[in-house]
Amino acid sequence: MAKIKGAVVIDKELCKGCGLCIVACPANVLGHSGEVNGKGYDYVKMVNPDACVGCASCGTVCPDSVITVYKVKI
Amino acid sequence: MADIDIKDIIKEENIVYKKSSILLDKVMHYCPGCSHGVTHKLIAEVIEEMGIQDQTIGVSPVGCSVFAYNYLNVDFQEAAHGRAPAVATAIKRLLPDKYVFTYQGDGDLASIGAAEILHACNRGEHIVCIFVNNAIYGMTGGQMAPTTLVGMKTATTPYGRDVDRNGYPMKITELIAQLPGTCYVTRQSVETAAAVRKTKKAIRKAFENQRDKKGTSFIEVVSTCNSGWKVDPVKANKWMEDHMFKFYPLGDLKDSTRDNPADYEQYIKD
Repeated sequence: MAKIKGAVVIDKELCKGCGLCIVACPANVLGHSGEVNGKGYDYVKMVNPDACVGCASCGTVCPDSVITVYKVKI
Repeated sequence: MADIDIKDIIKEENIVYKKSSILLDKVMHYCPGCSHGVTHKLIAEVIEEMGIQDQTIGVSPVGCSVFAYNYLNVDFQEAAHGRAPAVATAIKRLLPDKYVFTYQGDGDLASIGAAEILHACNRGEHIVCIFVNNAIYGMTGGQMAPTTLVGMKTATTPYGRDVDRNGYPMKITELIAQLPGTCYVTRQSVETAAAVRKTKKAIRKAFENQRDKKGTSFIEVVSTCNSGWKVDPVKANKWMEDHMFKFYPLGDLKDSTRDNPADYEQYIKD
């Protein structure tokens, strides 16, 4: 059976840390990084990258369009 | 099964979702988690998919979304407070082949611009109106709007909206659905991925209605103002689901074409 693996890239300087992508993710991949970017926001990063299936829910709800989603079949 | 390295996934050919090319690189001035960003993005995606970037003219309002022209790479005209549908009428009549849309908030459309939107919809102008309803005046500091729910606390109703003093909340979308000039009236939201996709379909349909000259399309987007409501973005979405959706139920209110003018000529026939 083909397995689907995904990955997201978040532009950490543009992320405002609103956290809407964290609750939108069905696989609990994303979380606050605990660090701040140049604007002082606690940006979001992949805290559990192995679980990502590339469903793009995070990118769909991101108000600032800072998320790019990648997906491969292996 | 061999595990794949994350560097092998992050390649140009594997992209399934990225920022629309219609959105400019300028950082949005909206607060973190604001629904305006998602709505802007959906308009950009629809314009990109339909390939109408050079044929689209937007009309931006007064309010938080006053700078919409800074973020969308299409032609824009700024209108006076509440007058976006009037300006859009003029643009559409002078340039009937262009796609014209207005983007307004509830303080702009439902309050000072109520006359303009009702009459533009009643005339059946072939435009798309996008109405972002967050039940508050966001830009000026969270004052009560016509759409504020009864009992909702705002800067000008610190003990909650009281009907005797402040009147009833206004369901402007229901009002507009009764007008003969409208072809498509719907109420959507953007709090989950599923809702965002539905709203995108609605916006796409509205632009297609304009192309087919069916009448005015009106899309209300029930949204949040976490700064004005004084909660974080995730709690604001929850509050909207628990309270706003009860008073502003989602779904299509009208989906047809504008009324046939011939039906209205019978009344003065001899």
